[in-house]
Amino acid sequence: MKEFISKNQVCKLHPGQQVIGKWHRKSYKIVKQLGYGATGTVYLAHGVDGAVALKVGAESMAISSEVNVLQQLSKVQGQHLGPSFIDVDDIITSEGTYPFYVMEYLEGEPLIPFWQKHRPEWLGILMVQLLSDLDRLHRIGWIFGDLKPENLIVTGPPYRIRWMDVGGTTMKGRAIKEYTEFFDRGYWGLGSRKAEPSYDLYSVAMIMINSRYPSRFDKKPSSAPYKQLQKAIVNDTILKKYQSTIEGALQGKFSEAMAMRKSLVSQVGSSDSRREYKVTRRTQAPTKQRKKKKKQPAKKSSAIFETFLVGSFLLLVYILYWFGQMM
Amino acid sequence: MSRGTLRQILLLTDGCSNTGEDPIAMAALAKEEGITINVIGVIEQGQMSEQGIQEVEGIAMAGGGVSQIVYTQQLSQTVQMVTRKGMTQTIQGVVSKELEGILGKETSMEDLEPEKRGQVTEVVDELGETMDLDILILVDTSASMKSKLPMVQEALTDLSVSLNARTGDNQFSVYSFPAKRKSIERRLNWTPKLETLTGVFDKLSSGGVTPTGPALQEALNAFRKRMKKKEQPIDEGIYLEEPGM
Ligand SMILES: Nc1ncnc2c1ncn2[C@@H]1O[C@H](COP(=O)(O)OP(=O)(O)O)[C@@H](O)[C@H]1O
Repeated sequence: MKEFISKNQVCKLHPGQQVIGKWHRKSYKIVKQLGYGATGTVYLAHGVDGAVALKVGAESMAISSEVNVLQQLSKVQGQHLGPSFIDVDDIITSEGTYPFYVMEYLEGEPLIPFWQKHRPEWLGILMVQLLSDLDRLHRIGWIFGDLKPENLIVTGPPYRIRWMDVGGTTMKGRAIKEYTEFFDRGYWGLGSRKAEPSYDLYSVAMIMINSRYPSRFDKKPSSAPYKQLQKAIVNDTILKKYQSTIEGALQGKFSEAMAMRKSLVSQVGSSDSRREYKVTRRTQAPTKQRKKKKKQPAKKSSAIFETFLVGSFLLLVYILYWFGQMM
Repeated sequence: MSRGTLRQILLLTDGCSNTGEDPIAMAALAKEEGITINVIGVIEQGQMSEQGIQEVEGIAMAGGGVSQIVYTQQLSQTVQMVTRKGMTQTIQGVVSKELEGILGKETSMEDLEPEKRGQVTEVVDELGETMDLDILILVDTSASMKSKLPMVQEALTDLSVSLNARTGDNQFSVYSFPAKRKSIERRLNWTPKLETLTGVFDKLSSGGVTPTGPALQEALNAFRKRMKKKEQPIDEGIYLEEPGM
């Protein structure tokens, strides 16, 4: 009970160190630190089946709450939501016992730098992917909560947006557990902090705004928050293209992710949006994987296709992995 | 059906007490009566004095709560985080006691298999969502705090946005100190709507003294009065149903 967030002292592991779980006796070799956050430090490590991400925390509650969410996500069919869950255990060090968990290692590029490097249509495409995932999350009764670029990563090529930090994931109907002001509709005075689909969709709209205003901005005391955001949208040529979708999400007009996705899909690729919509649909049939894989992602459409391909591929790996686990 | 009430005092201050009772002793007393004390140390720039930090942390530790030193710009998010952490910590403490009752003494979260911890976490989460919360906010309005008060007000409004999204009921009251002729002054009587706070910090009687200890003592009295009115025995802070284990 002597826990202070001001002094978040976490267990430090060093490269080369062997970590053996106290309960399950699985062993992991630490490669390097990947990052750290409010609840712990994440390391790249090697387990028996290859590279994994290992998160060590100081507080069992926080760790076990994230594990709960990862395990829930594992039950969802289709493309994996969040990193897949691998193991949870304790590590005994000379300073004490610390809880940790192991998950799939996601290798990729942070969202904002990715967008800065690639053509503007990737803004819409990655958000369409994100909305499909959110839809599946919402369907099992969870809300992501703390949705922001830092909690997302673009894996590939083929490019696919993935979630990293599921610490803010909250059961539908409860109060949002964790949020970041810029992405929080409560901060902007545009809605409650009740966990419902429209809460996440608001954050998606703010991520889109953030993509064009990488250093973000504060709420201006002088103007109405919604007016301020609206101005930010119309002053940017790329955001302006998605104006109706972004504004709809900011106003809570979409009650589910699929509605926002549909609106966004119709705006991605100004030249031939209908074709792109078809491409997305077609990829849901998992049969034609091989053939398409060799194609260069020169055309926009095939790039989208590949993006969905990686999804199916990861699903396959995941299924194989679980088969491996069961034997 | 009510699951009982969590009681918290949230102290917002920017430095050291310099008169009257020891605030850490008052915090310890509050904890004995089932009231958790969370403390936020507010600074504008630079750092808080070592002595100030020690007091902020000391009060929270003695009061069974959480503390955080923060710049005014980050106040809103910190206030909600500290409040939430404080609630979780209190509930966790009670659930751990229940666990000991069920599984024998010396059983803490860490002694459980990781798989079982998830269930405990879920119980704690659920209680945090559904329990009622009485929160008395105690704001230091001594001279040096003056410039920070608009941010304090905004942070408190924001806190009500967070807490009102919960399923459980919330009751807020706000007091400030120092005050004329007494330790604290009531700014807002118990209400579920913290938004009504607007403007209450405008007329201030600020002076050079920071009587944090006496202020905490008075806050405790205010709490006792409320509990008596509701005819709840003081020492039964929280009632729990069987944690679903
Ligand atoms: N599964 C993962 N694969 C690769 N890197 C990860 C993974 N999980 C976390 N990280 C890295 O660790 C950092 C901190 O992890 P995060 O879960 O966000 O911490 P917290 O929830 O405590 O803020 C992330 O920003 C990311 O760089």
